[in-house]
Amino acid sequence: MLKLESVHTFYGHIEAIRGITLGVGPGEIVCLIGSNGAGKSTTLMTISRILTPSKGRVLFEGKEIQNLPPHKIVSMGISQVPEGRRIFPKLTVKENLEMGAYLGSRGQGVRDQGQGDGNQESENLLEYVFNLFPVLKERQKQLGGTLSGGEQQMLAIGRALMSKPKLLLLDEPSLGLAPIIVSKIFKTIRELNAEGLTILLVEQNARAALKLAHRGYVFESGQIAKEGKGRDLLDDPDIKKAYLGE
Amino acid sequence: MKKLIFMFWCALLTLPFMGIRGAAYLFFGIAVSYGFYVALANMFGKIKKPDLPVNMKLLSTALIIFSFALPFLVRDYYTDVAILVCIYILLALGVNIVIGFTGLLHLGFAAFYGIGAYSNALLTTALGLDFWSALILTLILSSLAGFLLAFPSLRLRGDYLAIVTLGFGEIIRLVLNNWDSVTRGPNGISNIPSPVILGFEISSLKYYYYLVLLFMLSAAFIVKRVQRSRTGRAWLAIREDETAAEAMGINTRKYKFMALTFGAFWAGLAGALFASKMHFVSPESFTFMESVFVVCMIILGGLGSVPGVIFGSLILVLLPELLRDFQLYRMLALGAGLVLMMIFRPDGLIRSRQ
Repeated sequence: MLKLESVHTFYGHIEAIRGITLGVGPGEIVCLIGSNGAGKSTTLMTISRILTPSKGRVLFEGKEIQNLPPHKIVSMGISQVPEGRRIFPKLTVKENLEMGAYLGSRGQGVRDQGQGDGNQESENLLEYVFNLFPVLKERQKQLGGTLSGGEQQMLAIGRALMSKPKLLLLDEPSLGLAPIIVSKIFKTIRELNAEGLTILLVEQNARAALKLAHRGYVFESGQIAKEGKGRDLLDDPDIKKAYLGE
Repeated sequence: MKKLIFMFWCALLTLPFMGIRGAAYLFFGIAVSYGFYVALANMFGKIKKPDLPVNMKLLSTALIIFSFALPFLVRDYYTDVAILVCIYILLALGVNIVIGFTGLLHLGFAAFYGIGAYSNALLTTALGLDFWSALILTLILSSLAGFLLAFPSLRLRGDYLAIVTLGFGEIIRLVLNNWDSVTRGPNGISNIPSPVILGFEISSLKYYYYLVLLFMLSAAFIVKRVQRSRTGRAWLAIREDETAAEAMGINTRKYKFMALTFGAFWAGLAGALFASKMHFVSPESFTFMESVFVVCMIILGGLGSVPGVIFGSLILVLLPELLRDFQLYRMLALGAGLVLMMIFRPDGLIRSRQ
């Protein structure tokens, strides 16, 4: 579904990723783990084209996307939940979600305010997200910035889902959250995947991520050091030592 | 207590100009108006939110009716001031699109204002076009200027954008000042004709006021509609978080171009109306101070809120006129006023809902 072929990307003056080749198949959960600065987030940002690769190709469903602008990438069905959530703090929860549907159903997602009920599809999507995260429904009139960290993460994921993506890019969804919330978020990720959504996940919480993922890639200073099935990586002695603290 | 100290401080500031009695008056004036404000806030705080839009609607209808009746109620001098208010509202609406809606700190808006005024002046005097065809060309020219400036500035964010746009504003002013063969330099252009509708020359203040008022009201209406459209939402997303907006699939480049072009459009209209009202333009009217003044208007009124912008322009144009007797320290009063604003109502007098 998604393929990166020897991609190089500079982050400022630093070549943050140096020749990454990886693939994500339809319906998979793939996770990228590795230490800080190994290039995991850079890889995600290269896919969503917030950063531009200097070399290499990015293919999505067989089409080269490394030269498309970011909004085109979203409209192709790749949606990113950015690191640190980046919700709109001064908009209400509902407005945040509506913003996520900006490109939904080819430009009908965000409706003009005060023009009736808008279209059915964005209402349905909203309902879907509220079902997934009932707490968001309770707080739909609240400002995004007043939510707790976990709720904000849910909002960010919900917002990304509003564009009906085929591939969801998640950048450290567990960042700064309480363990109980983390396991809830991970459970939701698994549910979304069971519904057929393909997920590419970047995580510091290597153990939880590898348990969740079908396959994983281990990043080391801008290159892929290891790849394999989630379970296998979990049992790998090197990885145990380096990332799982055993 | 903090508030008391501030009132005292304000009074102290004016002491050298007004003497001890004047300062005391000011002190009590502020104290009384603050008490009034608290009472008002309490009153409005008790009114439930759904009631408010109805009141706003009533209020704005009343204000519009009042504005139409104005020339018959007051002296010509105030009609003249009212024309100026409308022109500044137009200008502030343009700036508000760029700074208030989209969050691009643009400090060179006097340039578009100047381009509008000078195009209108030159097209009507040097080329002898009538007001309306000149106006259309003027609007095209000023929008184009906004569009072209967007190219170099959109790569920049925040402070850097402010610096570049500030520079742009100065460039335009210097060009106007030094390109003698076309703009006649510091002497300015005089004898700009009044607009003519169907053979009827709008030369009297009253009629000109109605013309400007109609332009201003339609601008306010259009800007308000655009704010609530898809485009307005995209601007809002860019203002709140540009990266997140990009991740939502918003073409940030396109919408920033639109904001700058649209903003420059209204500034150009304001400039054209200014030129044909004054019958005279010179580079002095388009200095950096002018840009800052307009930014003050929208900050005072409330960034991103159309009624706020209108209110802010009204106050900032009216206040210096009313304080004309105290020429020397009106800028000081203005500054103190802005400081107070930032303390008591940091979101502006009429805060934007979003």
